[in-house]
Amino acid sequence: MATNWPTSDAVTSLAQSLAVGSSTGDRSAAGRLGLVVIVLLLVAAAGISVTTGASDASFGHVVASWLGHANAADASLTRDRIIIMDIRLPRMVLGALVGAALAVSGAILQGLFRNPLADPGLVGVSSGAGLGAVLVIVLGSALLGPLFAVAGLYALPFAAFLGGLASTFLLYGIATRRGQTAIATMLLAGIALGALAAALTGLLVYRANDTQLRDITFWSLGSLAGSDWTKVLAAGPFMALALAATPFLANGLNAMSLGEASAYHLGVPVQRLKAIAIFAVAGATGAAVAVSGGIGFVGIVVPHLLRLTIGPDHRLLLPGSALLGASFLLVADAISRSIAAPAELPIGIVTAMVGGPFFLWLLLRRRGLLGT
Amino acid sequence: MTMLAARNLSVRLAGAKILDTVDFVAAAGEVTAIIGPNGSGKTTLLRALSGELPVAGDVALNGSDIRNLKPWQAAALRAVLPQATVLAFPFTVREVVRLGLAAGGAGVPSAMLERLPEVALERVDLAGFAGRMYQDLSGGEQQRVQLARVLCQVWTPVLDGVPCWLLLDEPVSSLDIRHQLLVMNIARDFADAGGGVVAVLHDLNLASLFADRVVVMDRGKVAANGTAAAVLVDDVLARVFGCDLRVGMLPAPGIPFVLPHAALSQNPIGRS
Repeated sequence: MATNWPTSDAVTSLAQSLAVGSSTGDRSAAGRLGLVVIVLLLVAAAGISVTTGASDASFGHVVASWLGHANAADASLTRDRIIIMDIRLPRMVLGALVGAALAVSGAILQGLFRNPLADPGLVGVSSGAGLGAVLVIVLGSALLGPLFAVAGLYALPFAAFLGGLASTFLLYGIATRRGQTAIATMLLAGIALGALAAALTGLLVYRANDTQLRDITFWSLGSLAGSDWTKVLAAGPFMALALAATPFLANGLNAMSLGEASAYHLGVPVQRLKAIAIFAVAGATGAAVAVSGGIGFVGIVVPHLLRLTIGPDHRLLLPGSALLGASFLLVADAISRSIAAPAELPIGIVTAMVGGPFFLWLLLRRRGLLGT
Repeated sequence: MTMLAARNLSVRLAGAKILDTVDFVAAAGEVTAIIGPNGSGKTTLLRALSGELPVAGDVALNGSDIRNLKPWQAAALRAVLPQATVLAFPFTVREVVRLGLAAGGAGVPSAMLERLPEVALERVDLAGFAGRMYQDLSGGEQQRVQLARVLCQVWTPVLDGVPCWLLLDEPVSSLDIRHQLLVMNIARDFADAGGGVVAVLHDLNLASLFADRVVVMDRGKVAANGTAAAVLVDDVLARVFGCDLRVGMLPAPGIPFVLPHAALSQNPIGRS
């Protein structure tokens, strides 16, 4: 039968005849370059993190000792070594992990809800995780008994993970109908869920003893102070698992930006994608909240800046968010440690000072859309 | 089996019965049009055929129960053009079209895959649009970008003897007349090359011009089904659409005829 459908030869010649450069509208090369820049940024931020602090401990001093260029008997070297290796390094690693986890959680939530305003802190996921964490602090030894001593290390991030999971599921169920998320419903439901979790947390605080109270106060501050290798070990696996899941989410989230139905038509197993996304967000946010409290706005500022520069393709956006989120939090932490040194500003204040105005700017830009 | 068939298909959405024991068959190599008034179940039928909805009854794509196909297996066999697509994030036109390629593009020489988005855009009369932001385009242009995406997904109408399918939900609804004809010609060509096309259409004339088979939906049931000549008749249309429609016929070739429409609208006779 005669047909007008182009044969592959015809396609070949047509493609060659098209004068347009084959890369127009293709931002992947620029995006990869952007990733390289962000990696360099992270290296710089890590450097700032290790060299900034209340004491004058010198990272160079410690490095020199590794290279055999320092007097091993030097008392200040021992002190510097302890400060660098047991205080600043774990703090740097934890800060980078928490920043990456929060930023990636934001990017995944935004892709899942098809909405750039979703953020684990704003929509109540962090509050749910906080509730889980406080639950373990206050009731952990009563519920788990002698097991608590063994499971204690992981009980905290695991409970925070469960709390985050519950609030993410609830939020998704409330805000999404037939694959469409109502923006106003999502933000309002997030506020309601966050308030509910905060109220329950408040109730638990009444049952807490003095030691527990001190642990709980820690959450309201949102801080990386008190980072040590134990916390890295406890929370690290949850965040690492969540970050490891992102390559499997990228293509699906790209398709999801056309809507759930179109994503299915494009071959995406939508229900499975959503389940993985929700678990990844709950794991990353839960672990981050468990070790650092409620640090807000990282998840909204970082992915948005990246979309403006390298575009919204999740294959680049997700790793980019992890790297830039880590850098962002390391710099914020360095600021929080040095701005009022030797006192320390809670890092949540720094991220809110940046993120609050940024979020308002986003809202004003989208004002026309928000009313609908 | 080179058919897209539904048997005894019923769909409930939010408690309301939208499709009621529908039987439907579309053959590869043909354009099948679904017509009917608003709310008659056209789009729901198309969505059920795509495998997207939980249904009572059977849907078979090339002989396989659609429920037994993994999403990516179904995506290799059929692509779906929705009525309108709002993007959540600022993608370029090329990035949107490439989403179709990521899901399919089977049978296209690998050397050509990178260029296929441009070729598909050229086919829908959007050459040179690859670098534009999707959000900045008009509704009709966005619809054609989505068609280019869908074409990239099932670019090869017949692959190893197995037909691929285009499911189009009102593909011309926001297009000017030139692009309506362009899009319908693409559908026609795809079918002529052996692929299957199922299109929800509101324009009865386009259905008549391009469809091999017309299925008329009315209140969730199939009201009529057959060739355009058999289905597009006065009493069926009057009954289904609830208004007095007259089907006209072109006179035999060689006999001139005059349409008085122009005189009526341009310069009304008898009025000054």
